[in-house]
Amino acid sequence: MATPVATASGTFGYGTEYIGAVDYSKLGAVTAKGIRVDPWPGNAMPRHAEVPGGLVNAIGLQGTGVEHFLKFTVPWYAQNVKVPMIVNIWGGSVDEYAAVARRLTEAAHPSIGALEMNVSCPNVKAGGHTFGQDPKVLSEVVSAVRKATTLPLLVKLAPNVPSIAPYVKACEDAGADALSLINTIPAMVIDIERRRPVLANVTGGLSGRGIHPAAVKLVYDAHKATKLPILAMGGVYEAKDAIEFMLAGATAVAVGTATFSDPDVVAKVCDGIVAYCGRHGFASVSALTGALEV
Amino acid sequence: MLNEKCRILEHVEIGAGYRYIVFDAPKMAAALTPGQFVHVKVPALEPSALRRPFSVFDAEDGRVTVLYKAVGRGTFALNGAKVGDEVSVLGPLGHGFPVKCAGVPLLVGGGYGVAPLHFLAKRLPGEKRLFIGGRTAADLLALDKFAAIDGVKVYTATNDGSAGVKGLVTDPLDDVLIELRGEARKFELFACGPDPMLKAVAMRATGTGSPGWISMDRHMICGVGACYACIQKTVRGNSRCCIEGPVFAAKDLVW
Repeated sequence: MATPVATASGTFGYGTEYIGAVDYSKLGAVTAKGIRVDPWPGNAMPRHAEVPGGLVNAIGLQGTGVEHFLKFTVPWYAQNVKVPMIVNIWGGSVDEYAAVARRLTEAAHPSIGALEMNVSCPNVKAGGHTFGQDPKVLSEVVSAVRKATTLPLLVKLAPNVPSIAPYVKACEDAGADALSLINTIPAMVIDIERRRPVLANVTGGLSGRGIHPAAVKLVYDAHKATKLPILAMGGVYEAKDAIEFMLAGATAVAVGTATFSDPDVVAKVCDGIVAYCGRHGFASVSALTGALEV
Repeated sequence: MLNEKCRILEHVEIGAGYRYIVFDAPKMAAALTPGQFVHVKVPALEPSALRRPFSVFDAEDGRVTVLYKAVGRGTFALNGAKVGDEVSVLGPLGHGFPVKCAGVPLLVGGGYGVAPLHFLAKRLPGEKRLFIGGRTAADLLALDKFAAIDGVKVYTATNDGSAGVKGLVTDPLDDVLIELRGEARKFELFACGPDPMLKAVAMRATGTGSPGWISMDRHMICGVGACYACIQKTVRGNSRCCIEGPVFAAKDLVW
């Protein structure tokens, strides 16, 4: 990554939607929206609710499937964006995870720089979070994907576990190259006048400003449990948030929900990290990782 | 797509809670076409708040005008924005109306749904008929502005009969449809407003085999097609209102 700032899956489409509004030269990587083997319609409407401190969504991983992605989305991306793409993948079974990983690897497209396994989406029943809630199951699915790909492999973990360490260990032992932390936190919003859930999916995932301290804690815990690089996300709105993540142990950060209110937040975060390093005498951005003094 | 800081040039209430807000946005004004929208960061909300999408009422002489009514947290907060304030505006966004028409253009709007129809009426050449509906006379918006556009004939309807025909906007529309069909004249329908009105207009388009262009209003997050929150069901599946719309062909919509 040319810079330590990426976009988070699901918040930046397939990488080309924000052309004109974002300074792509400040991006280290673009994480594409979740892709599986077959097309997936996603959830019914409404799919989101704005809440104090963030956003609850239940989009449900709508997507066109890997063949359409490779035929249309990736070439269009390659024509317009020079930043490496991390492709977020998911499936309803271990075989599906492996199949989509294998297909993306075989395609050997120069724009595809890495895969990120989504084992923690709270909004899809079959697949998604069920793989991220049991270290044994997690180990099985990561191993299968590891065998199916030679691309760098990240695993995006769920925040809602009693202790992150066993999940970190499972990923490490199964051959993951890095971890992504955190996915959204399971959440729910109720319309009290109608006495009904706001989201058609009833529950969703909370992202945005409010989840940042929880994410920092999980990154801190995960970093203590592994030497694997960590891509940290969860409420990055300014450089300070990114620096917290890096001090806690992240190698890089991803900006997600903040892009919706300020598409150019990536540039501000990136410039702010560099300025901080200058101010505090860090010779390089990478020296920030784990530089926390407790 | 432009991501600009735009100064507010005017912000006036025109009664019943409706307001015009005018942005100084030369590049945006030049690039916008009727039916497209802008995504506005409301200054009084917390910095992390989501943007709010607004149809464009007019885009001319470097000025972008939005017509809105305070209906939720974002629009109530926008009420307090002052002339001279700088506002972050993202746009032009979405696919708008076609600005050519085979036959007589019939523009149908309800409440602040007339906003993109005003911009459209200015750009469509020749004769056009405009049908405006609202609950009361106070909800019939921008009649003075429409009167200033060449070739516009206006029909009005209110639920309470306080102005125009007592009933729905489709009542005067149906009279005109009968008239035009009697004369074997072609027409196209262009609509923006509440969902039941849009459905009624879309049904008339598909029912008569005429082109219909329907502008859907959905809560949005990103406004650019990245998040998949503002879904409208179409013959193609779950379409994103912000980028595949907000204007859809009537024959493509699934109700």
